[in-house]
Amino acid sequence: MSRLFRHVILSAVLCGASAASADEIPPAERKSGYEQMGREIRAMQDDDSANPAMLWVLDGEALWSLKAGAAGKSCADCHGDAQASMKGVAARYPAYSPALARPVDLEQRINMCRTDQQQATPLPAESKELLVLSAFLARQSRGVPVEITDDRLRPFVERGGELFTRRQGQINLSCAQCHDDRWGQRLAGSLIPQGHANGYPLYRLEWQTLGSLQRRLRNCLTGMRAELYPAGAPEYVDLQLYLKSRARGLAIEAPAVRP
Amino acid sequence: MVCAAIVVSGTAYAQGLRPYAVVEDSISASLTGAKGDPVRGRSLVANRQVGLCLLCHNGPFPEEKFQGNLAPDLKGAGARWSEGQLRLRIVDSRRLNPDTIMPSYYRIEGLARVAPAFADKPVLTAEQIEDVVAYLATLRD
Ligand code: HEC
Ligand code: HEC
Repeated sequence: MSRLFRHVILSAVLCGASAASADEIPPAERKSGYEQMGREIRAMQDDDSANPAMLWVLDGEALWSLKAGAAGKSCADCHGDAQASMKGVAARYPAYSPALARPVDLEQRINMCRTDQQQATPLPAESKELLVLSAFLARQSRGVPVEITDDRLRPFVERGGELFTRRQGQINLSCAQCHDDRWGQRLAGSLIPQGHANGYPLYRLEWQTLGSLQRRLRNCLTGMRAELYPAGAPEYVDLQLYLKSRARGLAIEAPAVRP
Repeated sequence: MVCAAIVVSGTAYAQGLRPYAVVEDSISASLTGAKGDPVRGRSLVANRQVGLCLLCHNGPFPEEKFQGNLAPDLKGAGARWSEGQLRLRIVDSRRLNPDTIMPSYYRIEGLARVAPAFADKPVLTAEQIEDVVAYLATLRD
């Protein structure tokens, strides 16, 4: 697809209009990775008492009300009941940060609150505390449809789309070659999903733990034998943003379970 | 400093890739000058970390439970193609189809953002490619 054409589509996306394309998955065929999973893993995700990710959510709930940092404030001191104040947040992240003049993902946003409001040290990427908080927050958006509407995000969505369609690594593949063009087919033992970002953070059986979307993206880059972006790099956020705009309309499933 | 070192080793490796001649859709001469070993070739093809072939292809490997379906079945490849044609398809499929997802196993230029561990290295060595070609040539039916 020409760059111009993709640009038109992305503009349409951001304006909330629907657009069809030969390459991007048409809205009617768009489906969560959940739908391609076996019955047992689906049952695991569906039942909170069987979903291992709920352990992280429970720890996150406790952390939400724990005072931290020099300011001696908890998240709850500013935001109150997360069930009300955080509903829908994960569905519209990454979001634009005027201070940084670029988008930040949920984990980065949590750390901005840590440093600016709580005056505490930022939580390291993929640390237990950061994962439990982001799992707890994302859980509050379960069922809310993904939607990226902020106009200021447009150039970043577009940049993410370019990263998604660019061939890279020793194997010389692009994300789109698997996730737009070959979803539903088999890469060795794995069914290729459409690659939507509506379940994160999630419990992956292969990891035997909960992990972030960035961790998932690193797995795919490693498979392509591509150089990883540094942790927290803008490329990951732009890719996430593109994935989110591509998943528009799908319900948030966080914390999901995947093979 | 670092950049200079990478460029030098890249050039050194590029010089290390053996030259070959493509005539029509094949490379008729062995990359090493010798015949490959089909037994080693079979285990390379089946190896998920080295050959990677079964990530995408199916093939006559009853012992391998997980095989891909992104690419043609390797069964009968030796009947469909000559050794020279097989060699080009492994060495550089992009010459036949620029949009292919089949990796170029013996090409190091024209790639972006290769992980440091694999930089300036072909996916398989010339010897390994000859082994794979020798194995594929045995797949007659
Ligand atoms: C060679 C094929 C291939 C390429 C290239 C690839 N992926 Fe994937 N991706 C997969 C497979 C297979 C899975 C599912 C793995 C599993 O379940 O075991 C996956 C999973 C995902 C998921 C998780 C989806 C879910 O439902 O949770 C996301 C998101 C994703 N990929 C994004 C990307 C991005 C972004 C890129 C490029 C940087 C990329 N992928 C490149 C094969 C690929
Ligand atoms: C990432 C996917 C992928 C990998 C890995 C891969 N191939 Fe392929 N291969 C393909 C596709 C797709 C084709 C179809 C031709 C095309 O797209 O141009 C193909 C074509 C071929 C052909 C010619 C097909 C025919 O008509 O019989 C042969 C032979 C072949 N591959 C062998 C191999 C071998 C051997 C390996 C490993 C050393 C390998 N391939 C690894 C994707 C792959």
